[in-house]
Amino acid sequence: MTDLSKSPMPVLSATGLMKSFGGVKAVNDASIEVAQGSITGLIGPNGAGKTTLFNLLSNFIEPDQGRVLFDGEPIERLRPYQIAQRGMTRTFQVARVLSRLSVMDNMLLAAQQQTGEKFWSTWFLPGRIAQEERDARDRALEILESVGLAAKANDYAGALSGGQRKLLEISRALMTRPKLILLDEPAAGVNPTLIKQICEYITYWNRQGLTFLVIEHNMDVIMSICDRVWVLAEGKNLAEGTPTEIQTNSQVLEAYLGK
Amino acid sequence: MFNYLFSFDTGIIGYLVFLITSVALYGLFSLGLNLQWGYTGLINFGHVAFMTVGAYSTTLLSLAGVPLLVAVPIGAMLAALLGLLMGFSTLRLREDYLAIVTIGVSELVRLIALNEGWLTKGAFGVQSFPLPLENFRPTVATRIGMVAVITAIFGLALWKLGRRFFHQIRGAKNWQKRIVAIGSGLLVLLGVRLWLVSAIALYNFRSSPAANGLLFVSLITVAIVFWALERLVKSPWGRVLKAIREDEEVAKALGKNVFAYKLQSLMLGGFIAGIAGAFFAWQLSTVYPTNFEPLVTFQAWIIMILGGAGNNAGTLLGAGIYWAYTALTRDLERLPIAADQVGALRIMVIGLILMVLMIWRPQGVLGNKDELTLGK
Repeated sequence: MTDLSKSPMPVLSATGLMKSFGGVKAVNDASIEVAQGSITGLIGPNGAGKTTLFNLLSNFIEPDQGRVLFDGEPIERLRPYQIAQRGMTRTFQVARVLSRLSVMDNMLLAAQQQTGEKFWSTWFLPGRIAQEERDARDRALEILESVGLAAKANDYAGALSGGQRKLLEISRALMTRPKLILLDEPAAGVNPTLIKQICEYITYWNRQGLTFLVIEHNMDVIMSICDRVWVLAEGKNLAEGTPTEIQTNSQVLEAYLGK
Repeated sequence: MFNYLFSFDTGIIGYLVFLITSVALYGLFSLGLNLQWGYTGLINFGHVAFMTVGAYSTTLLSLAGVPLLVAVPIGAMLAALLGLLMGFSTLRLREDYLAIVTIGVSELVRLIALNEGWLTKGAFGVQSFPLPLENFRPTVATRIGMVAVITAIFGLALWKLGRRFFHQIRGAKNWQKRIVAIGSGLLVLLGVRLWLVSAIALYNFRSSPAANGLLFVSLITVAIVFWALERLVKSPWGRVLKAIREDEEVAKALGKNVFAYKLQSLMLGGFIAGIAGAFFAWQLSTVYPTNFEPLVTFQAWIIMILGGAGNNAGTLLGAGIYWAYTALTRDLERLPIAADQVGALRIMVIGLILMVLMIWRPQGVLGNKDELTLGK
């Protein structure tokens, strides 16, 4: 396992996570650790339990057992929205945009601690709300511009193409000002040019101080952007290391290719 | 039929005042449902339960001597409280379960009203309760003031409606343009007619104080509620509701307390329906448990779908269309068939209209077509 003394303080660390669906142990005593400021990869064959692990970390599915520490505090008892409020935002494997809201509204929704989202404030603090909306709008436009979606700001999100939806979803996650973003297959179903772009955005935002945990099947993506990679197979940890270590790990190759 | 459009006969005006009040009260009722379903995506098949609570609370409290201005908010708050109870027990369920539970709750509330005679007077119903403004005898100046208020409301509504249709015409193809233009022209004329009728009725307030008073109060209430709802759904608060309607998992992932928002939506919609319940009671001037069968809920659904779910102006227009239809098909009673068959026929035809609408304009009269072509 990892040499904890060398790595900086982990922003996220989970140990002993378990989840069964009926008799199937989808996640069976899995652990993961994401170092502050890193881009950490999570790979594994189909059905290894990667997405389930994501769901357990963000508590979209409650774990049967296990601990999850985010920023040094246990979060496994918190509700998903509370975890998001603390700065851990997730995306979904198939991009989920709010179709009948504009691209801009998708972005604005993601802003945190909005005064205007409280029922009574709508009546008593209109000035403050308008100011917050202006600020959020500026920030949203900035992000949308950086990913080339600014021209689509007033279109319905449902009118976007698959790749654009991926971009919107990542941008929206960014809009929450998170400490950690969990990306579930950001490159799935995306054309090669856009994959490259997405990788560039991720590394750019990472240099700005954002930490990522990325599930991805595309090995080129994992190898080019990740600092560390965790491998999951049949719900268990198989290996952990730098991309180069993982590439040459015989157990990993076995799990992917068979004996 | 032409009488409705051109006559200023007292009887016709009286009937039209009844119709306008009905539009206002059903509009109010459906606005509550529209907040829940049109904006939040909650399948509420028991909306009439809120109306029942509102109607009974208001009338029973006012019979006990509580002033109407206090009784109505209490009734509405009790309806909202019912929303809280319903929400706590069901909002964590999947949406189809919510539908089943809500319809059950509405029947439960009606059966309580029927059987708890000590409180609700059971099948005998509640009668001779105070009505708003029934003893009000306004001076000429006051009446002119009331007419001015009504004029402002109608003026604003027609202006907004006109602007909306203007936008639709600009985006439409040629033949659609003509239909929209003719339709909106007729609607504006109809609006002017209804304004004239309301103005005359209010000016001759003494001709029927209870009915005219109810007309005035209901129009003001629906205007205020409409304004408040428009403001809410355009606020960040409303944005969260719409996000939940679209995909509540996303809302959760972005840090929104979905359960709390659903609860607020259900309660506020219930509050509004509770107010509508008071108007319902006042218009009928008696309250029986049979007034609150599930059919009333589905009238609200028809109204909302006709006008366009997720659109407050559309919902009010839907109420107008529904009552125009009801008024126009009243003449069918002259046909040589039994009265209950006429009733069935009217409902069948409205079903047919809904089906045609779903094919030709599935988004409702004022709904936005673009929204339907979007992928999930």
